Amino acid sequence: MNIEQQIQDLTGALPDGISEGVALGTGIADGYDFYESAVGEVVVTFNPNGVSSLSLASEDFEGYFAYRYGRRLIRAEAPSAWSGHIPTAIEAGTPGKLPVDLSSVTPFQTRILRIAATIPKGEVRPYGWLAREAERPGAARAVGSTMARNPIPLIIPCHRVVKSDGTIGAYSLGGPHIKWELLTHEGADPVLLENLAEHQVRVQGNVSTHIFCHPTCRAIRRSKPDNVVNFKSGRAATEAGFRACGLCRP
Amino acid sequence: MDELTTALAADLDRAFPTLVDQMGPRLYWGLRRMCGDHQEAEDLTQETFIRAYRALDGFDRRRFEDLRLAPWVWTIALNLGRNHLRDRSRRPRFVEIQDHGREDPDLPDQRAWDARFAALNRNQRTAVVLRHVVGLGIGEIAESTGRPEGTVKADIHRGLDHLREMMEQEK
Repeated sequence: MNIEQQIQDLTGALPDGISEGVALGTGIADGYDFYESAVGEVVVTFNPNGVSSLSLASEDFEGYFAYRYGRRLIRAEAPSAWSGHIPTAIEAGTPGKLPVDLSSVTPFQTRILRIAATIPKGEVRPYGWLAREAERPGAARAVGSTMARNPIPLIIPCHRVVKSDGTIGAYSLGGPHIKWELLTHEGADPVLLENLAEHQVRVQGNVSTHIFCHPTCRAIRRSKPDNVVNFKSGRAATEAGFRACGLCRP
Repeated sequence: MDELTTALAADLDRAFPTLVDQMGPRLYWGLRRMCGDHQEAEDLTQETFIRAYRALDGFDRRRFEDLRLAPWVWTIALNLGRNHLRDRSRRPRFVEIQDHGREDPDLPDQRAWDARFAALNRNQRTAVVLRHVVGLGIGEIAESTGRPEGTVKADIHRGLDHLREMMEQEK
């Protein structure tokens, strides 16, 4: 055999793992890994741009992902540059330093989700508040459907967004009882919230400071119970001579 | 445009895995022969494809029409081999599910051939590998290495002569 032929024979198949590495590195496929959360084991998917989705670790999450996002999933480790921020973001209920990839939703929905990510742990805000913060006061309904499509629940805390009448409302990650569980875990009392909603209490004021807040705002919760008065709307509070809290911007 | 280039221009995400299937084995084994190390060849192969994908993502119709796929991909690979630029910490890493993990694929006389190729100078090694391991034409090699065709031919010729001499001496 001449040398040219011998050299030609020095090849074989593509070693295992390279095509998966390419699919992950280009972002043609997303990687996935499992994490613990307050509501049990969850699957987090990611690509070079950031975390792209989070769902409960059900048996068919791969099929669900392919159906919802039209992309392939490969078991992987998250990029080491930010993998350490994933458990932190799940626990804190906000992305913090973790990059998130929201390319599966529209620019308006991205804006709404970024605003939702600023709601502090233990507090809730109604749909209408997010619409106002996004300078689209009439878009409360669009906010509701954005929450339903949130690709990264827990990390983007749509569980801290409640219906405009103050009731807890629906939840995309496994239903309303999970939302209830999460709010309890974070120290926002769902029983109290439902009670206030039933009595049409939307905001509460402090009679000594004359400032009114969302009922879960840390400012009003620090007030003496005797100093707290209830209002059916922000307008009613303003008419009574109260001004809006700078922290929760009711 | 050939069939694959047409498919890449039409839907990059859908067609790119086909490019990896078609060019991957010869890209890996060419790089493997050039650098003599499995892990490095594997990294370079992945990195080359990832760079190629990003570049193709920005191509317009005319760039696709002018594209000669194999020499273009090899230009990327040879530049990477020179620079060793990596940003692996920013991307997901594949987790092997099989028990055997990632091994150096074994071929007969692997180590002996690694030593012989390592003894060639870089231009000769690149030219011999691209011609006889990868199977590129002289014109394609000239394009990917940026060297004149006459020089490429001379590199191949001298490289093969050295390999023959080494094998004679081993006997």
